[in-house]
Amino acid sequence: MNISLRLLSVLLCVCVATLCRADEFADLVVKLNGDSFSEKTEAVGGLHRLDDKRVLPVLKAMQDGNLFVVAEAGQIVIGKESGEGYEVQSVLDNSPLGVRTKSQLEKIKINNGLRRELRSLVAGLELSAKDPDIRRQSAINLIKNPDESLRESVESALGGEKNQAIKSLLHVALASIDINSTDTVKRKAAVAILADAVQPEAVAMLEKVAAKDPSGHYLEADTELASTAEAALIRIQTQLGIYKFIENCFFGISLGSVLLLAAIGLAITFGVMGVINMAHGEMIMLGAYTTFAIQQLFPQWLEMSIIIAIPAAFLVSGAVGVLIERTIIRHLYGRPLETLLATFGVSLVLQQAVRSFRANNVAVITPEWMSGMWQINGALSFTFNRMYIILFSLAVLALLAFLLRKTYMGLQMRAVTQNRAMANSMGIRSGWVDALTFGLGSGIAGIAGVALSQITNVGPNMGQQYIIDSFMVVVFGGVGNLMGTFFAALSLGVVNKFLEPFAGAVLGKIIVLVFIILFIQWRPRGLFALKGRFVED
Amino acid sequence: MRDTSVLQRLLLQDKPGKILLGCLCGLVVLVPIFNLLVPADSFFHVPTYVVTLLGKYLCFAILALALDLIWGYCGILSLGQGAFFALGGYAMGMYLMRQIGDRGVYGNANLPDFMVFLNWQELPWYWTGFDHFGFAVLMAVLVPGVLAFVFGWLAFRSRVTGVYLSIITQALTYALMLAFFRNDMGFGGNNGLTDFKEILGCDLQSSTTRVVLFVVTVITLALSYFLCKYITISKLGRVLVSIRDAESRTRFMGYRVEHYKLLVFVISAVLAGIAGALYVPQIGIINPSEFNPLNSIEIVIWVAIGGRGTLYGAVLGALLVNYGKTYFTGGIFAEFWLFILGALFIVTTIYLPRGVVGVADNWLALRRQKRLLLAAAPVEQV
Repeated sequence: MNISLRLLSVLLCVCVATLCRADEFADLVVKLNGDSFSEKTEAVGGLHRLDDKRVLPVLKAMQDGNLFVVAEAGQIVIGKESGEGYEVQSVLDNSPLGVRTKSQLEKIKINNGLRRELRSLVAGLELSAKDPDIRRQSAINLIKNPDESLRESVESALGGEKNQAIKSLLHVALASIDINSTDTVKRKAAVAILADAVQPEAVAMLEKVAAKDPSGHYLEADTELASTAEAALIRIQTQLGIYKFIENCFFGISLGSVLLLAAIGLAITFGVMGVINMAHGEMIMLGAYTTFAIQQLFPQWLEMSIIIAIPAAFLVSGAVGVLIERTIIRHLYGRPLETLLATFGVSLVLQQAVRSFRANNVAVITPEWMSGMWQINGALSFTFNRMYIILFSLAVLALLAFLLRKTYMGLQMRAVTQNRAMANSMGIRSGWVDALTFGLGSGIAGIAGVALSQITNVGPNMGQQYIIDSFMVVVFGGVGNLMGTFFAALSLGVVNKFLEPFAGAVLGKIIVLVFIILFIQWRPRGLFALKGRFVED
Repeated sequence: MRDTSVLQRLLLQDKPGKILLGCLCGLVVLVPIFNLLVPADSFFHVPTYVVTLLGKYLCFAILALALDLIWGYCGILSLGQGAFFALGGYAMGMYLMRQIGDRGVYGNANLPDFMVFLNWQELPWYWTGFDHFGFAVLMAVLVPGVLAFVFGWLAFRSRVTGVYLSIITQALTYALMLAFFRNDMGFGGNNGLTDFKEILGCDLQSSTTRVVLFVVTVITLALSYFLCKYITISKLGRVLVSIRDAESRTRFMGYRVEHYKLLVFVISAVLAGIAGALYVPQIGIINPSEFNPLNSIEIVIWVAIGGRGTLYGAVLGALLVNYGKTYFTGGIFAEFWLFILGALFIVTTIYLPRGVVGVADNWLALRRQKRLLLAAAPVEQV
């Protein structure tokens, strides 16, 4: 009895305490809309002392002018501009309160003094926040807008910071404040720190220090400092050049792997079977639409949708491929130019079929784990979806090579391509092998569609963008040769990316096309030509 | 006298050619009469837009002839004919653009509107000379011809054949399309060249000019037909067919295969360029979408549907498919046109390898056989 009473009283006390705290927050928030700026400043200071994670968003909203009072209710809300009005949410529990028009809201005004106060408090709160992402973002913001008054917050944050990456960012932030100070020692230290940074802002600051007038003299009074800065700049520029090179290589390889994915199915249908499949692009499109359909059918598995879509797209495109082979291409073996026309007809029909479902340009959602990027330093970052596509295309290539070289089915495929009559007499049913090979090529195009749906628009015409490029890759690499396709795709991708800064995207592409046209004159059978009698037409 | 003998030789064995020539003569005489002399409210009046439409079809027929010459007789499936057509069209378009003078929106006498819009100060060097009609016509012939010569010389010399040639001609077309879409090329970017006012001082909108253009197109088509026919029945034509059927064997017999191919490829490109130059003043616009690889493939289907390797079949195919296109895309069937076109591609390649002409031939042969059988039957009974 006694114990339970005590327990009850303790519980009560705890409740009251939390209520009090909650009330304190609510009271202070109401005071933010006080009559005088001094009252507001007091409230802001009070809020800052509370250890409550709701404080930071409120102060930040106030600083950015996004804190409002709802006219009739007197409730204080955070607003976000959306369309014709503001989407508002309560500051107390972050619950959304719908959309209000501008006239229903009254902005909480702040003056310069309060703004300065807010900036330093928000920066302090952000720099000591528990979430490392907030701390990092705050440090990056500080580098972008150095503020003398925030120096102390930065210094104290630097003392407590454990994360090395954020620590170095904070050093740069501190240096970018110090470089504008009057203390020579501080400036010298700042230049030394900035010399190791690669952020564009740091480079700009060093450039300012090392600036010269037209006659070649430093504008900076402290010439020693300026020459140090200039030496550092030269070093940074080479470093940045290297990063730019790495980045170009990465983009080039990622473009190359997109080309590889698009072309690899064609390497089978065209390279192995000799069929000019103009509907190849539409197989890619079907794969992309399968991804879309799966996201629509199973919205609860959005994160996994891409994984589910890979086998599904393979089956859908592969089945369509087998159907096309059995109904159309079967009649046209040995007449490659005719397969070009017939499959072009198929591509027109498929495109129009998708259009008549009113399915123009659908939005395929990127799962959470594929978005975002890997930030290496201020000048270099790799996006996740590109990295996944590179890995994915290599995996598909490896799987395909394994299938063709090490399995019985692959053996049959190679046998039929090399000598159909002999394969037939050995008991291989070449008709079925043809259908399966074409299905395999189409299915891989479908898989490519899943990957491409993550980086381009999905629409009825998406296949058209890739068909010419795919043919170029296969012809350039050498028909009937997976390795050739691989090297051709990667080299074309990298060359294209390196041409872009000099020539622009379109001209770069034209140059590559002309190069391939000329290259074919030199080696009509591509980079890695197959040798042997069966190559002759 | 020699000319007539050539003409006689051309037409002697060529019954469809005679029919084609008859039809063209009929068009040349009847269309101007029914358009210009018959009053507008009469039942027999042919409206000007129909004249323009017919002119467009006939331009396409020239284009189809050009493709049939190289594909049907020499086995070169070029997917670049659309590009040669568009280049010829651009040459004519540049002349027509210069004829606008200061009547453009910006009223600049020295620069076309789109250059004023792009803030260009002077005419690029490659626009000089296009004030003269003769120069423009020369360029409409020369530019596709030279491009085809250089491209063909490279490709045929290194024995790029079959589908490889198709793919790289398609790449050429695609590269040209990308190039002409660029604004800094100085060809009007994606809007192309349009808003033409007059040709050789005659108003492009007037019925008389339209009819004259139509008549010129008909005559050009007839001449192109005779040129192609002449090539195919000459010794050169026989060599071409043998190249189509057995290239290596022809080479081993001592013929310079690449020279023959190059010659016929250049002739075909020039014909395509002329067709383009006739097309632009009638349609009134030329833009980079004419370079679309899809257009080049469509030309192939005209020829395939008409019947490849017959010349008149190509003309027939171009007229049929384009009439179908106008008919279907204009009406409630607009959505189905691409289905129909796609189905045409599939059905002709699988079931009608010789096209409409082949079907007609088979039917005629069957009837002749029946008649012979009928004639022979009574004899057997006795």
